[in-house]
Amino acid sequence: MTLALGALTVGPVGPIDLEVAPGEIVCLSGPSGAGKSRLLRAIADLDPHQGVVRLGRDEQQQMPGHRWRAQVTMMPAESQWWFDRVGEHFPDGPIDGLAELGIDPAAADWEVSRLSSGEKQRLALLRLLARAPRALLLDEPCANLDKKATERVEALLQSRIREDGLPTLWVSHDPAQISRVADRHLCFEGGRLVEAP
Amino acid sequence: MNLIDLSWWQLALAAALVVALAVATHMARLGVGRSLLVAAVRTTIQLALVGFVLEALFSVATLGWVALMATVMLALAGREVMARQKRPLKGGWSVGLGTVSMFVSAFAVTILTLTVIVGPTPWYEPQYAIPLLGMMLGNTMTGIALGLDRLTDSVWRQRAVIESRLMLGERWQQAVGDARRDAIRSGMIPIINSMAAAGVVSLPGMMTGQILSGTAPALAVKYQILIMFTITAGTGFGTLFAVIAASRRLFDQRERLRLDRLVLPRD
Repeated sequence: MTLALGALTVGPVGPIDLEVAPGEIVCLSGPSGAGKSRLLRAIADLDPHQGVVRLGRDEQQQMPGHRWRAQVTMMPAESQWWFDRVGEHFPDGPIDGLAELGIDPAAADWEVSRLSSGEKQRLALLRLLARAPRALLLDEPCANLDKKATERVEALLQSRIREDGLPTLWVSHDPAQISRVADRHLCFEGGRLVEAP
Repeated sequence: MNLIDLSWWQLALAAALVVALAVATHMARLGVGRSLLVAAVRTTIQLALVGFVLEALFSVATLGWVALMATVMLALAGREVMARQKRPLKGGWSVGLGTVSMFVSAFAVTILTLTVIVGPTPWYEPQYAIPLLGMMLGNTMTGIALGLDRLTDSVWRQRAVIESRLMLGERWQQAVGDARRDAIRSGMIPIINSMAAAGVVSLPGMMTGQILSGTAPALAVKYQILIMFTITAGTGFGTLFAVIAASRRLFDQRERLRLDRLVLPRD
């Protein structure tokens, strides 16, 4: 399904028109405060905004907020945890993808307070994928990861995005990463998105 | 009835103790000496005024005046709920919610107690109605103010967690559930504690007052139990209602967390 933004405006950001095809990864870059996170938050409908957002034939404002966000799911730069143990955040049973990300298979029994920031970030990604989203909004998904873990996360994300045909917006500061994963690269200039050179 | 009258010089003696305490705190540089004296003066003036009002009210005893008095008490309690919050809801929602919750709980329970349980004639007899309502309002006010303060404060602190849960497609009720349960609990704990400690650790103020003024302890105890139960019910239902309504107000129609609906703390 295609993710389409029509004249999306939030504060000083926009109006932005954009179409992301199924399985396409569009990387977003730009200086801090340019509005990358604000744009993702508006697409996830976490902040008031103007304009239209569609996923396939579904229009954002036509369905309840929680149902929209279950489909168009955002991963924030810093992961948050609310139960004591990792497994409690995965209500639908065993955690898929632990091996691909190089995490111990017993991770479900771990206490959240003992996780490193890298483990948190990788587990947060698995938590998100476990909910079977239909579009992804990723805010620096590899920010806290070393080189090895970054490669694993990229590989897992790319295969899931292609297999499930998920339109994806991926915020990244790393030019090398962008050249590895992006089908298209857009950057922020004065609140608008332009094709990166 | 062997009630010993209190004369003004006896009260002055008690006041001297407070002044002595103020001097001591001033010397220890605790910085509360001034507010201690202001509070003492306020207590004197407020209670003296209410004494006059009650004497007048008891002599008239019509429903209209009792209702007016009750409304004034409710409005003052509503203002107090707002004043006790660090980050109240904007636009009168805090005062409104607090007042409505107290009206629903404190008034309902007081009227129920008057008509069904105590049963004075007429049912609004000010000698019963006003003290009952006063105690009910004082306690529900504390519960509601604590509950709302805890709710808005923890939602403010847990913003990232709540929004993360929203991002995963949870409903607003799920996302705010932990903060809400915490808030309701903290509103109800003082009254539960005071029920648990009553008679063992402390003699409740109302009962003490009745015994001092000559009521038989057995009767004073019965009234105290009645008051405890009705206060608990009023506080509990009032806090429940206020916290649930306020948590709804923190989210909009699109189930977004709207912290812009809170007033920023003054300090």
